[in-house]
Amino acid sequence: MDIGVVELSRLQFAMTALYHFLFVPLTLGLSILVAIMETVYVMTNRPIWRQMTKFWGLLFGINFAMGVATGVVMEFQFGMNWSYYSHYVGDIFGAPLAIEGLMAFFLEATFVGLWFFGWDRLSKPAHLLVAWLVALGSNFSALWILIANAWMQNPVGAEFNPLTMRMEMTSFFDVMFNTVAQAKFVHTVSAGYVTAAIFVLGVSSWYILNGRHIALARRSIAVASSFGLAAALSVVVLGDESGYDAGLNQKMKLAAIEAMWETEPAPASFTLFGLPDQEARETKWAVHVPYVMGLIGTRSLTEEIPGINQLEQQAERRVRSGLVAYDALMTIREDREATDPEIRQTFEKHSDDLGYAMLLRRYLDDPRQATDEQIAQAAEDTIPHVWPIFWAFRIMVGLGFMFIALTAYFFYRSSFRGGVFPRWALGAAVLMIPAPWIAVEMGWIVAEYGRQPWTVDGILPTALSVSALSVTELLLTIAGFAAFYTTLFLIEIRLLLKYIRKGPHEDVQLTDDWQARHRARLTPAE
Amino acid sequence: MILHELISFEYLRLIWWLLLGVLLIGFALTDGFDMGVGILLPFVAKTDVERRVVINTVGPVWEGNQVWFILGGGAIFAAFPPLYAVSFSGFYLAMFAILSALIIRPVAFKFRSKREDATWRSRWDKALFYSGFVPALIFGVAVGNVLLGVPFHLTPDLHAIYEGGAFGKLFGLLRPFALLCGIVSVAMLVMHGAGWLVLKTDGGIAQRARKLGSRAALVVMAGYALAGMWLAVGIDGYSLVGQVPHDGPSNPLASQVLREGSWLLAYLERPWIAIAPAMGFVGSFMAWRALQGEGQFSPLGWSKMALFGLISSVGLTIFPFLLPSKSQPDSSLTIWDASSSHLTLFVMLGATVIFLPLILLYTAWVYRVLWGKVTQKDVSDPDHHAY
Repeated sequence: MDIGVVELSRLQFAMTALYHFLFVPLTLGLSILVAIMETVYVMTNRPIWRQMTKFWGLLFGINFAMGVATGVVMEFQFGMNWSYYSHYVGDIFGAPLAIEGLMAFFLEATFVGLWFFGWDRLSKPAHLLVAWLVALGSNFSALWILIANAWMQNPVGAEFNPLTMRMEMTSFFDVMFNTVAQAKFVHTVSAGYVTAAIFVLGVSSWYILNGRHIALARRSIAVASSFGLAAALSVVVLGDESGYDAGLNQKMKLAAIEAMWETEPAPASFTLFGLPDQEARETKWAVHVPYVMGLIGTRSLTEEIPGINQLEQQAERRVRSGLVAYDALMTIREDREATDPEIRQTFEKHSDDLGYAMLLRRYLDDPRQATDEQIAQAAEDTIPHVWPIFWAFRIMVGLGFMFIALTAYFFYRSSFRGGVFPRWALGAAVLMIPAPWIAVEMGWIVAEYGRQPWTVDGILPTALSVSALSVTELLLTIAGFAAFYTTLFLIEIRLLLKYIRKGPHEDVQLTDDWQARHRARLTPAE
Repeated sequence: MILHELISFEYLRLIWWLLLGVLLIGFALTDGFDMGVGILLPFVAKTDVERRVVINTVGPVWEGNQVWFILGGGAIFAAFPPLYAVSFSGFYLAMFAILSALIIRPVAFKFRSKREDATWRSRWDKALFYSGFVPALIFGVAVGNVLLGVPFHLTPDLHAIYEGGAFGKLFGLLRPFALLCGIVSVAMLVMHGAGWLVLKTDGGIAQRARKLGSRAALVVMAGYALAGMWLAVGIDGYSLVGQVPHDGPSNPLASQVLREGSWLLAYLERPWIAIAPAMGFVGSFMAWRALQGEGQFSPLGWSKMALFGLISSVGLTIFPFLLPSKSQPDSSLTIWDASSSHLTLFVMLGATVIFLPLILLYTAWVYRVLWGKVTQKDVSDPDHHAY
C-alpha cells in the first residue's frame, strides 16, 4: 500500500472536516438563539425582537450556506477517499448517515428557505414554528452524525462476517444508544451553543462599545449570556462524561491525552502542564494535580488507569491473537461453504483481535509472514502522537473554563446590574469571538487524532481504509479544496463583517409599518 | 433481533433498489429544475432584475431539493455500500467536479445579490451556470459509463482497484456513447428547468424559456433514440451465469458474470419495462408541445413524466446490475450481491417508511406556501428577503 496516499487522504479529510466544523457550531447554536428571539417576539409582539431575529437570522443564513456546501463534501468523501472503509463498515456506518438525511437535513434545508422567504406569507406562529423546525433539524443532524462518529470510537452492535469480508450490524439498538454517542452529542451541540453565544455576545459588545444599536445589543447579550452559561456548563459536564467513556473503551486515547507513559498507582494524578517526549517516553517539566485523573477516568479511587507502555504490551498480545484469526479467515475464504467447524470456532474466538493483525498490512501484504520486529512495530503503531493530543486537550479545557467565566459575568451584569457593562468586559468579549472556534477544533483533534492509528477503534486501521487512488489525484483535489475553501472563507468573513458593520437594516418605524401591512394581509378585508 | 426476518432478504434488496430509484428520480424532479434554471440563467435573463427573478424562482427551495441528492448518496452508502465504495472512488475526479459545483452553488445563491457590484454579480451568475451544467453533464456521462461497463475489479479482500492513472480514469470516462448520455442529461434538465420558469415567471423570461426548453426537448428525444439504437447494435450487455441466490451473502465475487448479448434483451425478457422509455418519449414530446404553448397542461408536468421514464429506463434495463465491471465481469455489482445486511436494510426501510412520507408532506406544504409567480416587484421589495 502507498503510504503517500494514506497520508494525503488523511490530510484531505482533516482539512475538509475541520473546515466544515467552522460553520457547524454556529449553525447549531444560532438556529436556537434566533428561534428563542423569535419566540419572544411572537409572545411580546415588540418590534425590537423582530429586528433582532432578522439581524441574527441574516448572519445565520450566510453561515448556513457554507455549512451546507462543506457538509456535502463530508458525505461523499467516504466513498471517494475511504473506499475500503466504506465497504468494510458501510453496513453500520451508512445507516446513521442516511437517517441523518431523512430525519434531519431534509427538515432544516426545506424550512430554512421558507424561513427567509416566508415572512410575508406565513402567520406569526407558523413562521415561528418554521424557525424551531430549522433549529430542530440542525440539532438532529448533529445527533446522527455523532452516532456515526461514536461508532468509530466505540464499535458496538456489529461483528465481522467472513462470507462478506466486512463488519455487519448485529444490533441497531446498540449502535443508536452507544454511550459514547450520547456524551458526544450533548458535548458537541453544547459547544455549538457556546460558540453562537460568544459570537452574539462579542458582536453585541462591539455595538455597545461603538454606541450603536444599544437596545438590540443589550437584549442580545441577555439572551446569549444566559443561554451560553448553561451551555458552557453542559460542555464541561459532558466533556467529563466523554473522558469517562474513553477510560472504558479507548484507554490509549486517554493515556495519550494525559501523556501517561506508565501505569500509576490509583488514583492517578492529572498533568496540568508538561512537555511529552515520545522518543524517551516521558513527560518533562510535568506539573501534577493529585487524584484528578483517576477520578475523571474511572470515577473511583482504587481503579488503575493503564499507561501507554502497558497498553502497548497489551496491543502486541492482541496482534498475535489477531494473526490466529487472520489465518483462520484465510482458510474460510478459500472454501466458504465447507469449512471445518473447528476453524470457524478458532476464528470466532480470536475475531475481536482481527483488526490488530490488519495493522501489519501497512508493512506486508500477508500479515502471517510478519517477523517479531514487525509485530512489535505494529504494537507501537497503536500509540498516537502524544504531544498534539496532550496540548489540544489542554487548550480546549482551558478555553472551556474561560467561556464559563465570561458568560457567567455577562449573565450577572445583565440580570442583576441593569444590563450595564464595563468597557473592559465588552472589549474582552470582542476579543473572545474567535476562541470557541479554536476550542471546538481542538476538540475534534483530540477525538480523531487521538483515535489513530484506527479509523474504527480496534477494528480497521486507517492505513487500510483508503481508496486505490494515485498521489496525483489526491494532490489535485487537495489543491482544489484548498483553493475553493480559502476563497470562500475570505468572502464569507468579508460578508459577515460587512453585515455586522452595517447592523440591523430595518428600524423600528419600518417594523411597525410591516406589522400593519402584515395584519392587513392576514385578516380578511372588511 | 428476529423482527427483520419479517421481510425476506430478497424482497428487501428489491425494495431498496426501488427506493434508490425513487430517491434519484426525486432528485432529478426537484433539484433537476434548479440545475436547469442555473444553465438557462445566462440565456433567458437579460437584465440584472430579470436574473434576480430567475434566481428567486428557485431561491427558497433549492436547498431542500439538493437534499434529495445528499440523501441519494446516503442511501447508496447505507443500502449498497459496495456500490458507494467502488463508484465514488472510481469516478474520483469527476466526483470532485460535482462537489465543486455543489460547494459553489449554495454560496452563489446566498452571496450573489449581497453586493451591488456588476462584476461581482456576473461572476456568481457564471458560478450558478457552472453548478447546474457540470453535475448535469457528469451524471449523464456516469450513466453512460455504467452501461458501457466500468474498468474496476475487486481483490479477494474486496479492495476495489481501477485501471488507468489519475487522468486515464478521468478522460477514460469521456467515451462517445457516454458523452451522448451526458448531452441527453443536460438537455433533459434544461427542458425541466424551462418548464419551471414557465410556471414561475411571466413576460420575456418565460418567452425565452419556452424557446430554449422546446429545443432541449427535441435534443432529448433525438439523443435518447440514438442512444437506444447504439445500445442495440454497438454495446455488449452483461448477464449473470446460472441461478444466483437472491438471499445470499453480499459478496460480489461469489457470482459469475458474462459479457455478451445486448442490454436490450431485457425488453424481450420483461416486455412490460418498455413502459419506461415510452414515458420518456411521450413526456418529452408533450413537454415540447406544451413549451410551445399548445395543450392544456403545464410543461413541467410533462417533463416530470419524461424524467421519470428516462431515468427509470436505465435502471430497469440493467437490472439486476448496479455497476458492471469491464475489466473483470465477475467483479460486477448486482443488487443480489452488493447490498447491506438483512438487518441494516430492514432498519433503513423502517426509517424510510416513517420519514419519507413526512418529507413529502412538508415539502408539499412549503411549495404551497410559496406558490405563485415571482415578479420584478418581488425582488425589488427590500422586505422580501430575495436573493
